[in-house]
Amino acid sequence: MKYLITATLLFAAPAIRAQEKDLLGLIDSTTSGQKEYVTGAFKSSRVINGHSIEFIGKNVLDVRILHRFGRINDGIGEFFGLDQASMRLGFDYGLGKNLTIGLGRSTAGKELDGFIKYRLIQQAAGVKGAAPFSVVLATGAALTTQKLAADAKYTDTKHRMAYYSEIIIGRKFTEAFSLQLAPAYVHRNLVQDLADNNDTYALGIGGRLKLSKRVAFVADYHYVISGLNKDIYKNPLSLGFDIETGGHVFQLHFSNATGMNEKAFITNTTDNWGSGEIRFGFNLSRVFTIGKRKTKIPPGS
Amino acid sequence: MKQLAFTIYILFISLASVSAQKYFTKTGYISFEAGTALEDIVAANKAAASVLDAATGQIEFAVLIKGFEFRRALMQEHFNENYMESSKYPKASFKGTIANIREVSFQKPGNYSITVKGTLEIHGIKKEITIIGSIKVSGNTIQTLAKFPVTISDYKIAIPGIVSDKIAKTATVSVNCNYTVLK
Repeated sequence: MKYLITATLLFAAPAIRAQEKDLLGLIDSTTSGQKEYVTGAFKSSRVINGHSIEFIGKNVLDVRILHRFGRINDGIGEFFGLDQASMRLGFDYGLGKNLTIGLGRSTAGKELDGFIKYRLIQQAAGVKGAAPFSVVLATGAALTTQKLAADAKYTDTKHRMAYYSEIIIGRKFTEAFSLQLAPAYVHRNLVQDLADNNDTYALGIGGRLKLSKRVAFVADYHYVISGLNKDIYKNPLSLGFDIETGGHVFQLHFSNATGMNEKAFITNTTDNWGSGEIRFGFNLSRVFTIGKRKTKIPPGS
Repeated sequence: MKQLAFTIYILFISLASVSAQKYFTKTGYISFEAGTALEDIVAANKAAASVLDAATGQIEFAVLIKGFEFRRALMQEHFNENYMESSKYPKASFKGTIANIREVSFQKPGNYSITVKGTLEIHGIKKEITIIGSIKVSGNTIQTLAKFPVTISDYKIAIPGIVSDKIAKTATVSVNCNYTVLK
């Protein structure tokens, strides 16, 4: 018996005192097996013109002021286009993490537009079977409120309406690089030219390359597949920079498009990059969080 | 006599194993405040992992940076993307020892003041710190509580001039974890 006690003391006691190298290793800690959603693929909910896979968040009101100036190649007489401006004032609201609604009013065509944007799948990491990309659905309508000519043939409200729908598939490949593809469909109840179709199909391509933590280069291109007279209408291409300062995101860019909703820039772009018909423009976004604060500090020690 | 000796032996073993008990949590609450009069910056994480070794006084914490929840979605995104670089440094951790572990009786319910010395790692930077906190023992569960300052620049977290008035130089971190016995 004595030996047993001695033996226990000899072996057990040091064992009890032994320091564990990695205590957290004893439990299945936070390091593995947790699904992590990938966030921040784009700085803004728009690449430049088109919707991005990014969402503004629940209870967030995003006030968006968009400007598109005149053509740079109009020269010094028009102060390189800055003498003219077209704008869209918009309000987006995050109903949920994956659901945003928005309203906007553009000066061009005195157009009112609204949309619903829903995230079906969010890119994630950390677990097997996590989605490698995000899938977002966006659909909207536009109504032009411009006065019609006295001899206008079609005067009903329905003739002023147009609709768009798109599926956006995007992935944040690295911290710096994100890319998205967006097949889009625009239906206009009334078109200008006989050669135009009521239905327009396009493929949107949007990319982001982060240059620093708060500055990114962005490109937004929509290739019109069918439905438009290509002699008149061009594919909208916008290139620019996202600059972020606290609650603001500034998007400064050059584009051949003036439209500021999907229907407008996909079906109404007539300027040509090749002939220097480029415009300067900016998007200003300011977010406000609506609702009560949730985070509470527990009673500390 | 032999029987008595054996009883004492068993008692000794069981006591030894009781004092060797380890406690753990995966749902610890860690929050911080880094606001100023201009901006309200508060975030909380409800999934901190921690293990406490009652025998040696060793204590460890780990928390995922992405698990900190802010009231404002954009603030949370900036916290991860611009300040903490959470894709590069996904975790913050603390590894330390309770210096006065002998003063804590895990068998006797009560509040014990503790001094913890160890290494805090945030944003890939390790720093030795001392934290004054407390342990509340109640039966088989224990609770750790602490509140301590963290100087943001110590951890090479860059704050641009334009927002420097809005973010405090020193954040106050609060810890509130409820542990159960680790089997």
